[in-house]
Amino acid sequence: MTDGRHHLAVIGAGPAGLAASLAAAARGIHVTLIDSAAAAGGQFYRRPASGLGARRPRALHHQWRTWERLERGLAEHLEAGTIRHLTDHHVWLVERTEPTIAGAGVGAGASADAGDGDGDGDGDGDGDGDGDGDGEEAEAEPGATRHGATRHGASATHTVPAVPVGDPGFTVHALLGPLQERSVAVRADAVLLATGGYEKVLPFPGWTLPGVVTAGGAQAMLKGGLVVPGRTAVVVGTGPLLLPVATGLAAAGVEVAALVESVDPRRLLRGAGTLAAQPGKVAEGARYAAQLLRHRVPFIHLHTVVEAHGEERLEAVTVAALDPDGRVRPGTERRIPCDTLAVGHGMIPHTDLAEALGCRIDGSKVDVDEEQRTDVPGVWAAGETTGIGGAALSLAEGHLAGWSIAARLSGAEPDARAATRAVKSRTRMRSFAAALDAVYAPPAHWSDQVTDDTVVCRCEEVTGGRIREAVADLGAGDVRTVKLLTRAGMGWCQGRICEPAVAGLVGCEQTPARRLLARPVPLGVLARAGTDDDRTPGAGLPPIPR
Amino acid sequence: MVGAACALYAARAGLAVAVVDRGPVAGGTTGAGEGNLLVSDKEPGPELDLALLSGRLWADLAEERAEAIEYEAKGGVVVAPTPESLAALEAFAAGQRTAGVLTEPVATDQLHDLEPYLAPGLAGAVHYPQDTQVMPALAAAHLLRASGARLLTGRTVTEVLRARDGSVRGVRTDRGDLYAPAVVNAAGTWGAEVASLAGVTLPVLPRRGFVLVTEPLPRRVRHKVYAADYVADVASDSAALQTSPVVEGTAAGPILIGASRERVGFDRSFSLPVVRELAEGATRLFPFLSQVRALRTYLGFRPYLPDHLPAIGPDPRAPGLFHACGHEGAGIGLSTGTGQLIAQVLAGRTPDLDLAPFRPDRFSEEAA
Ligand SMILES: Cc1cc2nc3c(=O)[nH]c(=O)nc-3n(C[C@H](O)[C@H](O)[C@H](O)COP(=O)(O)OP(=O)(O)OC[C@H]3O[C@@H](n4cnc5c(N)ncnc54)[C@H](O)[C@@H]3O)c2cc1C
Ligand SMILES: Cc1cc2nc3c(=O)[nH]c(=O)nc-3n(C[C@H](O)[C@H](O)[C@H](O)COP(=O)(O)OP(=O)(O)OC[C@H]3O[C@@H](n4cnc5c(N)ncnc54)[C@H](O)[C@@H]3O)c2cc1C
Repeated sequence: MTDGRHHLAVIGAGPAGLAASLAAAARGIHVTLIDSAAAAGGQFYRRPASGLGARRPRALHHQWRTWERLERGLAEHLEAGTIRHLTDHHVWLVERTEPTIAGAGVGAGASADAGDGDGDGDGDGDGDGDGDGDGEEAEAEPGATRHGATRHGASATHTVPAVPVGDPGFTVHALLGPLQERSVAVRADAVLLATGGYEKVLPFPGWTLPGVVTAGGAQAMLKGGLVVPGRTAVVVGTGPLLLPVATGLAAAGVEVAALVESVDPRRLLRGAGTLAAQPGKVAEGARYAAQLLRHRVPFIHLHTVVEAHGEERLEAVTVAALDPDGRVRPGTERRIPCDTLAVGHGMIPHTDLAEALGCRIDGSKVDVDEEQRTDVPGVWAAGETTGIGGAALSLAEGHLAGWSIAARLSGAEPDARAATRAVKSRTRMRSFAAALDAVYAPPAHWSDQVTDDTVVCRCEEVTGGRIREAVADLGAGDVRTVKLLTRAGMGWCQGRICEPAVAGLVGCEQTPARRLLARPVPLGVLARAGTDDDRTPGAGLPPIPR
Repeated sequence: MVGAACALYAARAGLAVAVVDRGPVAGGTTGAGEGNLLVSDKEPGPELDLALLSGRLWADLAEERAEAIEYEAKGGVVVAPTPESLAALEAFAAGQRTAGVLTEPVATDQLHDLEPYLAPGLAGAVHYPQDTQVMPALAAAHLLRASGARLLTGRTVTEVLRARDGSVRGVRTDRGDLYAPAVVNAAGTWGAEVASLAGVTLPVLPRRGFVLVTEPLPRRVRHKVYAADYVADVASDSAALQTSPVVEGTAAGPILIGASRERVGFDRSFSLPVVRELAEGATRLFPFLSQVRALRTYLGFRPYLPDHLPAIGPDPRAPGLFHACGHEGAGIGLSTGTGQLIAQVLAGRTPDLDLAPFRPDRFSEEAA
């Protein structure tokens, strides 16, 4: 490379990707930060689009300060040219390619080595956010960083020098949003997968009605300024994310008729040892509880959703109490009128890019070592792609990944002393995540609610009945066979949504399907990917005949 | 698939059948390939005879369950991009005709009546009405069910049990022994391993293939369409990558594009160069596909034997052991004929075809 530096491609600009980018850039690595969203922040710091007249950020709480620090750090590096941020880039494949020597550089003009822009160890606290929630209160700051480096096409293909540690090179292939008809390629010496996770939603009769949204969908409506005060919402499911969603909706003027949680969160208190080590998380929980009270949101625990009602769109929901085995107690059903139903059953890590790279997957998450390295040389992973655990854990993991990458790319051992705080934070947050995991779970018999005519796979319109038939009559005993026999999971989302539901109906483990393409790719793009013509995709294509 | 067909025809011949698989139904290559039943790609010889027999049997089976197994007698169209390839294709088709294959030459100006979205400028084509397709996993599951065989999934065969006189008397599995006077090795790509459990060699090896699947579309590709160079690839001995686009629409809407052929052992990692060639070839045949999205790609390992013919029939080295594996890229199509032949020899009848070319012991020890 003309500037003699190492290049890192970070995929995902959430807390993990941001923390890693700053940590690596501060140590002299050239970073290309790639994200499908229009702005940095990921799921947590997702801000309302500027211009929607959002309110000012709320009181200066710690998490907001963390975000401001990340945002400032990013702005400085963008300015210095040490980080390049590609927004609206949907990565569909990370390819292992042999490194080539010649060629022009990434982020031409990078000159200043912002050696310590982000602090070296972790004294900056980005590995330590003590999570006081309310990310949804964030808003776009006028005059905040606008990354100037979103150059499409022209600088698409880059070549990099051989890496001293002998790792192969990588090419990141990304489709340009929003049309996703053109693809660009970014070369790098190392890759960090920080693609987070996606929401798990289990089906029930009526879940496909308009008005039923995911918890994250409700959150996005809030942050996008699309929430209409005066509506009535019910939040159902399980997991710690329901709290911020319910309080966020209430704070935005929506009447939250109930927060229906299938477990009793007080069980968390039994793991008091873990909790005691988490003053920040306890405070976060307490704050949400206080907000629920303030907005008079009834919290109904040990209940589950039975059915959503409505003709054209959602009109009401029926919930019912659960017995200790996780079955609905007959006679406890109650109907709650509402026009919005936010449903969430937790999160699932994104593993598709890692699968195509051949990284080891541990259950449903990317397997990493203590330096956040996958088993494929040159590929690191951090944040929720390596396990669901909240924003603070993602920050700590991202920071450690950046620290490790910077050292390893120059052939050095990372300096353990510089990472003690982030390591401690990660350990603490992981045990907290494990404690949450042990408490929050969908009811054991949730699939009893799925009637034979409930659609389970929305893309292919496969019902519960057909899935049960494949199991009972055709000998299917796992998700893959059900998919082959019913097409459940073969549609647009490639089973991301229905896989956990199918596994539940079959009564088997949920082993994620191998999705080698992380996004649907036009064949014309695929036909040129990685070749010299790669930079002019879409040119002169005939229109699709209808 | 092959095991399911053997079970069906053996049960019909009056035998009591148990099917053992370490995975689920269609968990092997059957769940990782396509379901073309092609005669068009086969030159006159034993494989073509097996394909023609199989095609008739599929048509019989489809009478009651065409929809359940997504059987479609849609026909194949082999196109020739250049006059030279057209001449070669027509000569090839003439040979097939003498062996009983229906072939209809298609002139350039008729090509677009058959396939309206084909690229312009192709030299000509041959239409093969006997090419059909099924959905492999559904076919395997429905044939198994129709067989009434005992289905023992999730059980691995760890040993082939032999009596003192050397004859086979059943199998040992990780969950108990099963006794039977006849054991059929229908382990596909893993056929060599199962053969070795009985102390015999059978040189089945994996040949990797990728398939691309598009978003669902209204029917725009009516036949199985592929370029004439495909024929050469199938019979190839080269270990190098060879791809030829076979493009076809499916009942469910997506278009399937396949399949590549490579010998890379059991390497499951994604290969962009291979998939790129599939996409390239397909868009060359059907330019509209450039803007159609690939939703996914998957790969499988075809079971192949050095002479590209399957092993079908009794193994004289281990009395009671029968083989039905090594069908390479045609095991779905050839499964019915294979099942019928195996059932016939199991029942002591004369098989419909001469099994000599398929003898399991035809390979020298070095080949294994
Ligand atoms: C509704 C909701 C409420 C929450 N509330 C809280 C809370 O109160 N407290 C808390 O600690 N945590 C909360 N969380 C969790 C928190 O948002 C996550 O823990 C955190 O964002 C994870 O960070 P990450 O960097 O690992 O991934 P993400 O923040 O998920 O970032 C991943 C990024 O990768 C991008 N990406 C993914 N795939 C691709 C691709 N193929 N190509 C390009 N870009 C891609 C995405 O666009 C995204 O920006 C909440 C989450 C949700 C959904
Ligand atoms: C990409 C691709 C495209 C293809 N396209 C076509 C096509 O269009 N038309 C066509 O006809 N063919 C096609 N094929 C080929 C076809 O898929 C195979 O020939 C066929 O599936 C082989 O079937 P089988 O029953 O022999 O093997 P399999 O389906 O692999 O079945 C063998 C079974 O044996 C089991 N097994 C192995 N060892 C043991 C053990 N020790 N104990 C218990 N069980 C064991 C396995 O679990 C497996 O389920 C394609 C293949 C690929 C990869």
